[in-house]
Amino acid sequence: MSFDSPPPPTPPAGPQVGADEWVAREGHRREYLPSWLGTAQRQAERIGWWPRLAAAGLAAAALPLVGLGGFQLQVGIDALIVALLAVGLNIVVGWTGLLDLGYVAFFGCGAYGFALVSSGQVGPNGIHLPSYLSIPLVMLATAGIGLLVGLPSRRLVGDYLAIVTLFFGEAFVEFTNNVAPATLGGPNGIVGIDPISVFGHQITTNTGYYLLLVVVLVLTMAVLRLLEFSRTGRAWRAVREDPLAAGSMTIPVDRVKLLAFAFGAAVAALAGTIFAAQQISVFPTDFDTPYLILIYAGLVLGGAGSIAGAATGALVVMVIYDGLLRSPTYSGYLFYGLILLTLVVKLRPWRRLGLVLGATVALGFAVHAIAAAISPRAVAGSLGSTGWIGSALHDWVIVPANATAIGNWGFVALVCLLIALVQVGPRVRTILLPPTLYLAAFVWETRLSAEPAVTRQLMIGAILIVMMNARPQGLLGQRRVEAIT
Amino acid sequence: MSTDENVAGPAGPQDGGAGPGSVLDLTNLSLSFGGLRALSELNLQVGDGEIVSLIGPNGAGKTTVFNVITGVYEPSGGDVVFAGKSIAGLAPHSVARMGVGRTFQSLRLFLNMSVIENVMAATYGNTKATPLESILRLPRARREEREARALAADVLSFFGQRLAGYRWDQPAYSLSYANRRRLEIARALATRPRLLLLDEPAAGMNPTETHEITELISRLCTERDVTVLVIEHDMHVVATCSDRVVALDHGVKIAEGGFDAVASHPAVVEAYLGRDPEALSDAG
Repeated sequence: MSFDSPPPPTPPAGPQVGADEWVAREGHRREYLPSWLGTAQRQAERIGWWPRLAAAGLAAAALPLVGLGGFQLQVGIDALIVALLAVGLNIVVGWTGLLDLGYVAFFGCGAYGFALVSSGQVGPNGIHLPSYLSIPLVMLATAGIGLLVGLPSRRLVGDYLAIVTLFFGEAFVEFTNNVAPATLGGPNGIVGIDPISVFGHQITTNTGYYLLLVVVLVLTMAVLRLLEFSRTGRAWRAVREDPLAAGSMTIPVDRVKLLAFAFGAAVAALAGTIFAAQQISVFPTDFDTPYLILIYAGLVLGGAGSIAGAATGALVVMVIYDGLLRSPTYSGYLFYGLILLTLVVKLRPWRRLGLVLGATVALGFAVHAIAAAISPRAVAGSLGSTGWIGSALHDWVIVPANATAIGNWGFVALVCLLIALVQVGPRVRTILLPPTLYLAAFVWETRLSAEPAVTRQLMIGAILIVMMNARPQGLLGQRRVEAIT
Repeated sequence: MSTDENVAGPAGPQDGGAGPGSVLDLTNLSLSFGGLRALSELNLQVGDGEIVSLIGPNGAGKTTVFNVITGVYEPSGGDVVFAGKSIAGLAPHSVARMGVGRTFQSLRLFLNMSVIENVMAATYGNTKATPLESILRLPRARREEREARALAADVLSFFGQRLAGYRWDQPAYSLSYANRRRLEIARALATRPRLLLLDEPAAGMNPTETHEITELISRLCTERDVTVLVIEHDMHVVATCSDRVVALDHGVKIAEGGFDAVASHPAVVEAYLGRDPEALSDAG
């Protein structure tokens, strides 16, 4: 709540009127995570938002001190940039309820804008504005573009707005690729961009950019938190809930939507300037649709409508996508861990879980023994997984000598089995589960672990599917109710 | 219609029409959707401090009248004059800012916002702090926030224990149906209306709650100085609280006057119950 709020109202001493009391209490119970996690969540909420935010920021800033470096630091920087973008996207999508699929273009505008005024690209000597001028300038300009792109939102809602903004996003990539190659560089982009300087210090190291991003993200989150429970934030959420009612309650709906677009675009531009300075270069392909999907995945996973959720979701998605899934070892942990976790959470009673796991293990050894007895070539290939998972599964999964074709067919069969699995009743499902699990392991070891580019997209999709079933409001999101009339 | 005429020419053609203190003046109001005439040549005056009921069978155009007044639809003919100014064709938020509050027949609360936020959101048009001021918590933003909260507390206290303090921070979706109706009225009051349009405030309420709503409508007028135009199907409510009743059918005004006169008016009886075939043949 806001700073100036009076002390929370105390319940009246007398009997409380109304039959909806238990409904409200149930709502409160269900907004928390189960068991001790909920207790921890409630304790954390008692602390207040800004000490929590400051503590999270300090913890993140301390990570380079305890040995985060090299590749991990680059993953951290990418994750923080996407977190900043997700927090900005939350204004438009989470609060105002406008599906803006051109958001990544604002990120691109910020990056290209910063590149143009901080490099040798324009004019004989180039423009080299100091960062304290160029960053606010680029943010303002991009906010203006946000206003222009938001103009259709006065007439278009829902699917139509999504398509129009998606066009804008694609148009940006085409524009930077083809228009004014002398200035924008075409597909070769703009290189040699100046570093950002803070209080006269040029930031040139990755550690520096990591710390800068932590500070910027924390400040942005604080600013947005102050805005969320102000007049403007309430108007944004009211427009999301019911634009017609909002209009009749003195809220100028069109203007409020445009304001949301402008704020979202400004935050994206801020992320873009840091991105450009850290990369030292910008290319049109940096701002293509796959990046947009990552931002949305973070926002949805964390919980649209919640600032902390957007940031957390984006960090989780990027650390998994960019960090863990690039290494076969970690992606193996994640794959088998996710399967085990789903089984443990979903299979009840415990007897059934034990039965399925036992049957899967037995099935594997049996298949492996039979295959080895028939033809040694059937088990001659090497597993995709290395390390202890690889040695543990060595005599369990069969990997033929030339596994590509059979692995592909296995993948198709796995998809069919998964579809069958959700269609059949519980008894048949229990019987089908062990072969499905075994086939999944087979496909992973023969094909998927060798194709990280495909696998990591599949994995993010799988995580989102699991999340939608387990917690549709996202990690830190609030359960939302649609109007029932 | 010019404003001057409205101020100068006091009474409409109908008996019981409002005097010089007319708050709302609909003149020859028409609205067509394609070939369908939803409203035709409607004349209606609401005087200052009056409680006027709008009745009529389903589909008579009652809610359409509200939608034209509040700017959701632009009239295809005629004029809407509120407090001496024409408001036909203005955007809904401008109409609301001028002092026309409304509730919705099918509840349209901001369900995922807290009860007090629902009410505070309605102060948007009467506050001025920019986003920057809100972020920096400058004096004007703090003062307005304090005033909005005080106003919300004030309008919520109008319903006594029903929307008492402990509910303020609960989400609106956790409220019961009757309380949602009350919150709609509270939210409309937070826009500081001079004229309040209530669309079936007693729909779906039990007899006790209906009685409470009836009293509340009278209290709105006396305690809050609000003029009320109310659509209601419950004839007990209409009979008890209204100063004047206007009956609509097929977008045309068929009767106007005191409750007893309108309720027994042949055109109204016909609109609700249909024509009596025997009476027809007798007449023929």
